[in-house]
Order: sequence, then C-alpha cells, then structure tokens
Amino acid sequence: MLRFILRRLLQMVLAFFGTTLIVYALMFAGQGDPIQALAGERPVTAAQRAYLTEKYHLDATGVGGFFYRYLNYLGGLLRGDLGQSLTGRQIGDILAAAWPVTVKLAVIAMAVTILVGVTAGVIAGIRRAGVFDHATLVLTLLVLGIPTIVLAPLAQYFLGVRWPIFPPTAGAQPSLWALLLPGIVLGSLSLATALRLTRTSVSENLRADYVRTARSKGLVRRRIVGVHVLRNSLIPVVTFLGVELGNLMSGAIITEGVFNIPGVGFNLFRGIRTEDGPLVVGIVSVLVVVYLLSNLVVDVLYAVLDPRIRYE
Amino acid sequence: MRVRRLAAWTALPLAVTLGLAACGTGGGSGGASDPDAAVRIEIAEPQHLVPTNTNETSGSQVLSALFSPLVDYDEANKPHEVAADSITSSDNKAWTIKLKPGYTFHNGEKVTADNYLDAWNYGAYAPNGQNSSYFFEKIAGYDDLQGEKPKAKTLSGLKKVDDLTFTVTLTEPYVDFKTMLGYTAFYPLPEAAFSAPGVLAEGYEQAPIGQGPFKMKGNWQHDAKVEVEKYDAFPGQQPKVGGVEFRIYQQPTAAYADVLSDNLDVIKTIPTENLSTAATDLGDRFQQSPASSLQVLAFPTFQKEFSKPEVRKAISMAIDRDEITKSIFKDSQQPARSFVSPVVAGYRENTIGAAGSFDPAKAKAMYEAAGGPKKIELSYNGDGGHKDWIDATCNQLKANLGVECVGTAEPKFADLLTKLKQKQSVGLFRMGWVMDYPSMENYLGPLYSTNGSSNYYGYSNPEFDKLLAEGARAATQDEAVKKYQAAEDLLAQDMPVIPLRFGQNNFGHSTKVKNVHVDLFDRVDLLKIERA
Repeated sequence: MLRFILRRLLQMVLAFFGTTLIVYALMFAGQGDPIQALAGERPVTAAQRAYLTEKYHLDATGVGGFFYRYLNYLGGLLRGDLGQSLTGRQIGDILAAAWPVTVKLAVIAMAVTILVGVTAGVIAGIRRAGVFDHATLVLTLLVLGIPTIVLAPLAQYFLGVRWPIFPPTAGAQPSLWALLLPGIVLGSLSLATALRLTRTSVSENLRADYVRTARSKGLVRRRIVGVHVLRNSLIPVVTFLGVELGNLMSGAIITEGVFNIPGVGFNLFRGIRTEDGPLVVGIVSVLVVVYLLSNLVVDVLYAVLDPRIRYE
Repeated sequence: MRVRRLAAWTALPLAVTLGLAACGTGGGSGGASDPDAAVRIEIAEPQHLVPTNTNETSGSQVLSALFSPLVDYDEANKPHEVAADSITSSDNKAWTIKLKPGYTFHNGEKVTADNYLDAWNYGAYAPNGQNSSYFFEKIAGYDDLQGEKPKAKTLSGLKKVDDLTFTVTLTEPYVDFKTMLGYTAFYPLPEAAFSAPGVLAEGYEQAPIGQGPFKMKGNWQHDAKVEVEKYDAFPGQQPKVGGVEFRIYQQPTAAYADVLSDNLDVIKTIPTENLSTAATDLGDRFQQSPASSLQVLAFPTFQKEFSKPEVRKAISMAIDRDEITKSIFKDSQQPARSFVSPVVAGYRENTIGAAGSFDPAKAKAMYEAAGGPKKIELSYNGDGGHKDWIDATCNQLKANLGVECVGTAEPKFADLLTKLKQKQSVGLFRMGWVMDYPSMENYLGPLYSTNGSSNYYGYSNPEFDKLLAEGARAATQDEAVKKYQAAEDLLAQDMPVIPLRFGQNNFGHSTKVKNVHVDLFDRVDLLKIERA
C-alpha cells in the first residue's frame, strides 16, 4: 500500500510538470495582445507597451521564445516564485488569497452532496418505486436539466433578494452562513448525480446473493443495509465524488461570479479574459494537483471499502 | 410518537440554521443608521492605485477619495480651482500654478510644489511604464524622458518658484491645459511615496497616501475591498459621510442583487440585463446622468469600397438610431448625431446634418449612385455585449440598402485592433470613446488627426489637422472652440465614422443613502453623498 502511494506521488510530480508545459503552450499559442487586452478599449502608449513587453518578455515569440519563457517560468517555479500577473501582483499572493475561500465553498458543496445526496439515494434505493423515489427522480431530473448559469442567479434572486433568507452575495471573507447558498447551488448538480448513483447501486445490491444469504442467516435489516449494502454501493459513488471534488474547485467559475466570491474560479476567469498566461498556468497547475490527490484518495478508499481490492 | 419525530425533523435544520447564523455575525455588515458609518460603493478590482498609473474608472474612483484635484468641473463642465489657488497664463504656454496653503498629506507632510513636480516627473519618465504618462506629453522636455535610456530624469518645463508655486512650460501653447489638470494623473505624491528620488516605494500602492478628504483605513484588500475614512485635517469641503468602503465585484449583476437588498449602497452601472426592471425594482433610486462615452461605427477609409464619403453617409442614413437606442438599449443611451459629446463646451446638436436623419429611400439612391459594396461586414468584440445592436444594425442595412450584411465577432477588442493595425479587412467596426478631460479637442485629436493615438481608420485630412493645431494655440477657450467646431464640420463632410450613441450613467442606490451623483468620469461624488 505504501509503495503504491509513493509511486503515485512520484507520478504526480511528472504529471505536474507535464501539465504546466501543456497549459503554458496553450496560453502561449492562444495569446493575442495581452497588453491591449489589459487596457480594454483604451489606447496603449508606446512607452507603456515597451515597458510591459520588456518586463514580461512578450517579445520572445516562436518556438525559441516559447522555451525561453517556459524555462524562465519553470525556474521561478522551482524557487517557489509563481511570477507576477500583468497588473504586477504576485501570483502566489493571489492564489493564497483565493484558495481558502474556494476550499471552504467546495467543502460545503461536498457536505451538502454527501449528506443529502447519499442519504436520499439510500432511502430511494430501499423504497424503490415508492412516492419518495418518484419525487426525488423528478427533482433530480429538474436540477440536472437546469445549468448553474440559470440556477445560481435564480437562487440568488429568490432566496437572497425576494425572500432575504441568505445574503445575496458572499464577498471575500464570507461567514459560513453566506457561503451556504452558493455551496448548495454548487453542490446541487453533483448532489443529483450522487443521489441517482447511490439509488441505482443500492437497489441493485439489495437483490444480490449476499443480501439473500444475510437475510436467511437472520440478520436484522438495518445491519444488512447499513453495513453490507451501503459499503458495496458506495464504491461507484466514491469514484464520482473524488472526481467531483476537483470539479467543484475548478468549476465554480459561474457560482463564484454570481455570488461575488473571489476564489479560484473567479481568478481563473479573469486570467483567461486578460490573457494573463502566468496566472492561468499557476491556477491550473494547482488544480491538477488537487485532481491527482483526490484521485489518489479515491483509490485508497476503494481498498478500504472493498477488501478484495489490493494494491501491490 | 409521530409528532415527536416530526418535531425532531424540524428542530434539526433550525438548530443548524441558528448555529450558522451565529457564526455569521462577524462577517455581516453593521447596518445601523449611524450617520458616520461608511457608505459602500461598488467598483471592480483596480489595476493600479498610483495616480499616474491609473486610467480606469475603478482606480480613479478610489483615488478621488484619497486625493483632491487641482481643478474640478462645474455644472457647465468648466474647470474651477480646488487644491490650486490660481492657475494662470498670459500666453497659454507658460502656466503658473499657485497652491492653496493648509493642505497636508495623510501622514502629516505639508503639500508643496515639490510634491507635484516629483509625481509628474515620475509619471512622465518612460522606464517607469506609467499608464497615463501621455498626459504629460504637452509639457516641455517630455521627449527627453522617453525611450529605453532617456536623456533626462525630470521635465525641463517644470520649475519650482516657491513652496506653493510652480510653473509649467508647454512645448506649444495649449488653451485647455487648465482643463486637463482635473485628471487623476495630475495628483501630487508625498515624499513618503518615494524610496529614493524618482523611485516609487514598494508597497505605496497598497495603501496610497494622498491629500484628499479621505485616508486609507488599512491596506488595499485585493479582490475584496478598499476602505477609506474621513481625514479630519482636510482643509477643503468636508464629506458628509464618515468613510467609504469600495467593495470589489467582478460581475455587476452580483452588485445589483446586493443593492436590491441593501447590502451595498451604490452601483455605478446597472447591468444591461437588469435595466428593463430597474425602474420598478428601485423606483426613484434608479437614476441617470450624462456620461462622456460615444459609440461609433468606424470605416476603414483606407479600403477602396469605403473611400467615398457618399457611401459612408448613405450607410449612416440607413441606420435608425432612435429605434435601436429605444428597443435595444431601453433608453440607457442616447442617439448621437455629433462627433463630440454633449458634456463638453462647444457641443452642437446634429452636426452631421442630413446624414443623421433616417431616410431609407434617399440612402439607397445615394448608396447605389456612389457604387457602395454589395456586402457589408460589421466587426465587433464579442465580450462587450455588442451583438444585439450590431445584428439590429445589420438587419436595417439589409432592409434599407438591399445589401448583404454580417456581424463578425472578434473575441476581444484587442484582437480587432491587431487586425486593424495589420490593415486586414474587417469591414466596418465598432469603437467607443471615453474622454480624458472635458474638452472638444479630446474627442477630435486622438481619434481623427493623422497621427492620433486611436485613429484606426486611416483618416487623414491636412485641413483638419491644421484647424486642431490652431485651436490648441488659440488665445481663449471661446476662440479654440470655434476652430474645433470648424474641424468637426470637416468630419461631418467626410464621415470617417458614424456617430451612433452617447452614453449615460445608469446608476442605482440603496435606501440607506441619498444625494448620489455620478460624474462625467463615472465616479460617485464622495463629497455630496449622504446617509439617508
């Protein structure tokens, strides 16, 4: 097990550098005129252009220019310096300010998903074809059908403005209460998926041979469902949740925008809009690490949930 | 049994809610009706907070709290002295600026002429890479500060006379120089802003020290807020609020939701998607005021098919401006039929004459007689919400001129400019202009003179250039305006661009404030705003 984890960690280092290379190349290839993009529609003076070009080596173009700039970036990265954004802020500082709030949001969304989604999924799976099952099916279908870009402003308008239960926006140092609504909105999509996955998995396992054996042994129903069925049913759900954790952190662009939460998604959006290569690469690289870590946790959890799975 | 179970189910969420609410009190706003409490104003994340490096509205809104300008503009948009005692010149070339005594920086330093000279020299020195350095280009010696290794470090046209007086010599007489001085770039900087002569101290930008009615309260909290509080030693007009919290939003829709629920006091620009409901949502708290922006459709006059003024005029005549401003912009902008905005002295209505009146029949006859192209392309930047009106304009051109018309979106305005600089064919393209200071010249020089910084249409008219130069050298502002108007008449003959719409500030405020004014520079007037 330990060897497995170590091997995966080593692979992660390689994957990390691979991603920075790819993302850097993509940003480099897609770059038009970042100086003008920063200025918007205002004219840029020659002096300002010369200053920024020199500072960020924007005149280094072509394949040689790419490797010059990428190696420069990598060198900084190894020294722990993520570089500067085009407005002169340290990207390290931007990320340090953005991550905590995004992690908080993702944890809330995750908690909502697990608490509501898995619980309701188990209930729906046990009482298959009952009223609860049908109700959740319709509800989840509805949630899955509404994209976040519609759901978030609707939730904000009805639960924040019309009936002011929640504050309409969260801001930079949000209280847990202010993050709850964005968390629910963010989590609702994965909630619906998690619920359906759990339901199917549970209802399938309920008909499995080992359940019949357990029942004929005379085990109480609670133990059959709570220990045997649930544990086996969680494997696909855990896989999904592990991937979803990464999604929740990177995919919060819309939610963070609507609720004005200056997190990672918010900065990623700005970075892309202003063609801020180093900022985008910095954020995406950290996101990759998050994905890899959460996948590792999922793999380890497999072994915990199902003793038949072993890593050597 | 059942009842008890039900009670448990209702109690649980309630307990969670209360627990969360209790956690939340730290972050929430006070909200009491304390007259000295800070008002909360929406901005976007400023790019910079150094006067000579700030040329976008969010940064200049914050700086307008921290600094007091040399001149401000009255109702008629003429300049009057604020931090300056007098600004005089006999020949419009050598200007003498006397400062009012009694002004101090927030760290206690006295404001002297040196503070202005240091700040302006810093701004003009090319290696400092300041965004607004071009504001100093009219001052003598500017050229020596340009290039990678400039010959000089200070502008030869700036001379200190005594502690409160300095002179500014321009390379050419310029009648509107006093008007320029109201811009953000001309604020002074304290000695504390520099770590060595000509070197800005690291971290100054995080908590700028100014000489204005408000001082910083803590540091600039990136992506979150900038807080300022009243500076009691300010000798000028004192504000009516105890402080301001500039809250940073990335999306205006989020700010709008906050204003609706009194979580934010002022939103400066109500997002387009909310404009149709703003009047019912906010009632008389939804307000409009003139803004300086001008939206145009520009012609690449260097292309043969658009080289004839008749073609350009015919296209202008085939566009129903009133209809588009009404149905698409919900009257949040005004139809434009002049090249300069109504907010500057010298503005005349309808300077483009017949080309501005919607007349499909005449337009078509004229277009065909002049041999206009069969296919028209309208290019725009796809990130600015321009698609609707471009499509509407295209439909009008199709119907009224019988031509093919397509709208082409470029991802960003920068991409459009790149193509234009390479003289690639983009067809007609949209442009917007926001003035730097209220002068007719600012709407003409940069946009249409042969070497203008934003002349992307290849328009060049020696007569126009001559009139502009004469205007700048005129002895009085009235004479200058006459020259500028003559120059504008030339534009009306040539129509290098089609003026379409003048901008307006569409702003709203919460029930907690009153007396909200948004000025020509899209800034909330911080001296007038009050708690309700």
